[in-house]
Amino acid sequence: MSVSAHPTHDAGTEPYQPVFTGKVLEELQALLGRYPTKQGALLPALWLVQQQRGWISDRNMTEVAAVLGLTPAYVKGVVTFYTMYHQHPVGQNFVQVCTTSPCNICGAEDVVRALLQATGAKELGATSPDGKWTVIEVECLGACGFATPVLINDDFLESVSPEKVPELVQRYR
Amino acid sequence: MGYPHKAHRKETTVLSKYFGDPEARSYKGWVKRGGYEAWRQALTLAPAAITDLVKESGLRGRGGAGFPTGLKWSFMPKEKKKPHYLCVNADESEPGTFKDREIMRWTPHALLEGTAIAMRAIQAEVGYIYIRGEFTEPYAIMGQALAEANAARAFGDLKIHLHRGAGAYICGEETALMNSIEGKRGNPRIKPPFPAAFGVFGMPTTINNVETLAAVPPILTNGPAWYKKLSLSNPKSTGTKLFSVCGHVQKPGNYELTMGFPLKDLLYELCGGMRPGRTLKACIPGGSSVPILDRAETEACLLDYEGAVERGTMLGSGGVIVFDDSADMVYQIMRLARFYAHESCAQCTQCREGTAWTTKILERILAGQGKATDLDLLLDLSDNMTGKTICVLSDSCAAPVVSGIKKFRGEFEDYIAGRRRPVMVA
Repeated sequence: MSVSAHPTHDAGTEPYQPVFTGKVLEELQALLGRYPTKQGALLPALWLVQQQRGWISDRNMTEVAAVLGLTPAYVKGVVTFYTMYHQHPVGQNFVQVCTTSPCNICGAEDVVRALLQATGAKELGATSPDGKWTVIEVECLGACGFATPVLINDDFLESVSPEKVPELVQRYR
Repeated sequence: MGYPHKAHRKETTVLSKYFGDPEARSYKGWVKRGGYEAWRQALTLAPAAITDLVKESGLRGRGGAGFPTGLKWSFMPKEKKKPHYLCVNADESEPGTFKDREIMRWTPHALLEGTAIAMRAIQAEVGYIYIRGEFTEPYAIMGQALAEANAARAFGDLKIHLHRGAGAYICGEETALMNSIEGKRGNPRIKPPFPAAFGVFGMPTTINNVETLAAVPPILTNGPAWYKKLSLSNPKSTGTKLFSVCGHVQKPGNYELTMGFPLKDLLYELCGGMRPGRTLKACIPGGSSVPILDRAETEACLLDYEGAVERGTMLGSGGVIVFDDSADMVYQIMRLARFYAHESCAQCTQCREGTAWTTKILERILAGQGKATDLDLLLDLSDNMTGKTICVLSDSCAAPVVSGIKKFRGEFEDYIAGRRRPVMVA
């Protein structure tokens, strides 16, 4: 199990800057038209928040709840169900490595070790001291014939081997 | 064409014909290759007539259950009193399976065309394509294809939307998928009511897998008789199927085969066999949720729904995971159990507790602290996890454990008796 090095609290002393204004609000409104209920837009709304802010804070959840007519607790219940929503800030480059059986027998754990070393993140789920890297193990990325698949931010990379890792990390530095 | 390899001469390329051909991704390119012919044809047919054609073809669901597609469509109310929906299951997350990803990446319009035809057959005006969150590239390609098709007003009044998942294997279970579209946690629902009566947003709904829908356009253009003839063994399994092969083979990738093709030929001939000096040890032929086959069973297995059952396993999603003699079966079964423990939605006790304890016991065995009674305990746990929960995630965790202990018991016993060095720390 990975443990986060980040505090999850964000009580925040600064005034809250809403996510859903201007263009982002327009995007949300377009999304609302796709579903017969407001709640239907919850998953895409959370994606919008994460795209804008890099993670989803408690205050963001409260805003989403208000916009969609839900309670903050309900929104949090949904956020915590799905592993791709970040409930704390993560490194500038978020790296997900598949280590489920098919990739595992092809050496996925060596890829993880190489990534932890090359990025300086050292520990799964922790962020490197320069704030640039967070590496996590994930279950099946659905590209088992291209072991080992690695997702860096939105870039889906196939057939990553430990030897390719240093160059790969250099590319994102 | 083929991807990542050129198609082998023993493949039957219907769905994968344009894999690796980037031009086929565009609307124009797809039309140039005969695309949307079937959709035009469907527009001249009554909904029930489309369903009948698909029924006649023998097409069965390619997501894992193998349920007859036409029959599923016929469960939708004939007389439309409420909005009808189609949900496309593109939440491909079954370990070993990566075929739908390839369909969406190379032939997005094949899926859109099949989706539109299915929507007409079940009289749905809205369709959601639920794509798993990690599939960033297929999502972008599908989005582009959908925008191009909409710009060409290809689907008339039908509305097709992409819906991005956010990391949850369980959302590939049809009722969990519907909950997820509704903006809820992806917990499976108790059935009945079945989706055709009470589906997404409480309305009549059909859920189909990507590969199933991609097979519909060629069935319409070539006719059901043509599809039915694509069968090498049992007439109940028709057409072609994409098999995703991964693990210890020389040439992993997707291979499109006529139903009933020998698994042995797929592995040794098409995939180039094992690595030099290695021999086949075990194979999971239908994604990680189906029982493991040993070498003899693998070499005797025919790849269709009945052929797999005959060997004590299932065809599932067609995700073929291959283990050679270097694989530590105990460790790999632990990894699979860990997968299910991680992905359990935790609604049902048997699953929430069972997947976690199965993983813990397997970890303890691998750490050299297994007890002589652990194997019986695992089998007892597995028994309590089979057929007793809302969905089959729990059963899926039990399948590799039970079959693994049955076929590779010696490997477990070696760890327990201290004949093998522990590979984990307690």
